[in-house]
Amino acid sequence: MNNLIETKNLKKSYKLGEIDLEILHGIDLQIKNGEFVAIMGASGSGKSTLMNILGCLDVPSSGEYFLDSINVTNMTANEQAEIRNKKIGFVFQGFNLLAKTSALENVELPMIYNNTPTKIRKEKRKEVLELVGLGDRGDHTPSQLSGGQQQRVAIARALVNDAPIIFADEPTGNLDTRTSHEIMELFTKLNKESKRTILLITHEQDIANFSDRIIRLQDGNIISDIKKTDPQPPERGL
Amino acid sequence: MNWNSNFRVAIKAIRINKMRSILTSLGIIIGIMSVIIMLAISEGASQNLSKQISSLGSNLLIIQPGSVKAGIRQMGSGSNTTLKYSDGTVIKKEINSVIALSSVMRGNSQVVYRNQNWLTSITGVDPEYLTIQKWTIILGRVFNEKENITSAKVCLIGQTVLENLFGDLDPIGETIRIKGIPFKIIGVLGEKGQSMRGSDEDDVIIIPIRTAQKRIFGMDFPDMVHMITVQIISEDKIPDAEKRIEELLKQRHRIKANQENDFSIRNLGEILKTAQNITKIMSLLLVSIASISLIVGGIGIMNIMLVSVSERTREIGVRMAVGAKPLDIQLQFLTEALILCLFGGLIGVVLGIGASHLLAFLFKDLHIKISIFSIILSFGFSATIGVIFGFYPAFKASKLNPIDALRRE
Repeated sequence: MNNLIETKNLKKSYKLGEIDLEILHGIDLQIKNGEFVAIMGASGSGKSTLMNILGCLDVPSSGEYFLDSINVTNMTANEQAEIRNKKIGFVFQGFNLLAKTSALENVELPMIYNNTPTKIRKEKRKEVLELVGLGDRGDHTPSQLSGGQQQRVAIARALVNDAPIIFADEPTGNLDTRTSHEIMELFTKLNKESKRTILLITHEQDIANFSDRIIRLQDGNIISDIKKTDPQPPERGL
Repeated sequence: MNWNSNFRVAIKAIRINKMRSILTSLGIIIGIMSVIIMLAISEGASQNLSKQISSLGSNLLIIQPGSVKAGIRQMGSGSNTTLKYSDGTVIKKEINSVIALSSVMRGNSQVVYRNQNWLTSITGVDPEYLTIQKWTIILGRVFNEKENITSAKVCLIGQTVLENLFGDLDPIGETIRIKGIPFKIIGVLGEKGQSMRGSDEDDVIIIPIRTAQKRIFGMDFPDMVHMITVQIISEDKIPDAEKRIEELLKQRHRIKANQENDFSIRNLGEILKTAQNITKIMSLLLVSIASISLIVGGIGIMNIMLVSVSERTREIGVRMAVGAKPLDIQLQFLTEALILCLFGGLIGVVLGIGASHLLAFLFKDLHIKISIFSIILSFGFSATIGVIFGFYPAFKASKLNPIDALRRE
């Protein structure tokens, strides 16, 4: 199995009083190592729910989910925490950095929870901060950094444990167009040069275009799955 | 997450909210401070009491004559004249658990030395009295039994008398006049300080009992004494000795079965034990009041920790997203509460010791004692409060759902 992510008939429903409200109606999804995938969908399409399950923050109601060949379908909170720590790096729309805490310390955070020795932590946090182009801003706190810089710190934090996959949930939602493109170029670089698998969630087409594969969700179903290498539909207008 | 990181994360969180942390600790600081002060005062008081107990002598029975009835008027304890010097002699001979005994006569008299004079208490005693009452002799010697029997005109003077009549002069061998009768000073008593009733114990002149009977107080009634002090060999023998002395005196004083005794026997140790118990109850009361302030402080900590948890929900979400387990979160908040309490405890101990000394300086009669025990107790108390009142907020934090926590603004 060389799929990094594989789901089989993944369903999620919530109880609303007496009624079961099904949000995801059986998602079958395979993502290979090294891919750069964007998941698109309008709000209410179920993309956040899918993201939470894929990110091991939530469990599906039925179906199966394999992450890096590990069945993570029905894990306890502790097991999920460990999987998130080892296998997933999160990048959020709102950056979610710890306030009044330096960039270096923010980047270090995931390593605290797997008992990485201090010496390695110090080296590693500096290394990844340099990789995202903020080697000289290590001592700055989030309030002293611009939005783009904060998101770079968050990306560095996602990289620091060498997790095989990065989940980016609307990473450019709080940024202006120019900064958004810079951040997307960083993701592209990480994908192409550092061979990181990236799963991007967005509702903006131009942001999704940075990826190699676009999956569209609508009402809890995958309605299209297009790879850039696939033959494109002929352009109109000629 | 290891302990070292856990500790550092907690310290960091406390430092980020400096003002709030200090205010949170304030409750504990005040609580621990009051516990330290209360313990210092009550332990000081009980230590002072024990000191007085030992200075009074141990295992003592005091025999006094009973009251006398003049018509329908009761004259009060000690007014009778039936207690005799010979009673003491017989008690000492007959009851073998008695190790020392002294008859006592006491009265006030003006004392003259050259052009100085002073009103003081004259106490006539047997030589053994000085050991029973734990008097020390700092100069000269005690009179002996021969001097007692021969009613020698010798005396020992207390520190207050020494100061007032002699100043810096050497009193040994000098002659003073008590009720006009010349007495030779043969010894000076060591300092004893205040009695439990607050009177000055050093304002005294001690003379042989026989001399007191014959030359100072006179004997309106043959051989009478004011009091007999009896020292018993050990505490457990006291009740038996008390009973036997009573029987002996009843027989000697010819008291019939249906008659009231013309004497009373008091157990001084008993009285002092009661006093000690009262002090114990007082200190227990004081400490429980102080503990209430500690509990209030603990509730303050819980309150602030709960606010802190809801305020830092997003932080908790982030930590969980990057791999913090519920237990890690719980330990983090528990450690924070514990550090706040121990920090508050430390400051409280320091302030408490300072305040106790200040009080002792301001109020000279206040005795304080700060024991290691009270410090350890305070620290243990504040740590316990940290754990108890920090547990619920920490548990609440650990039960947060990371998805909701991340979404919270």
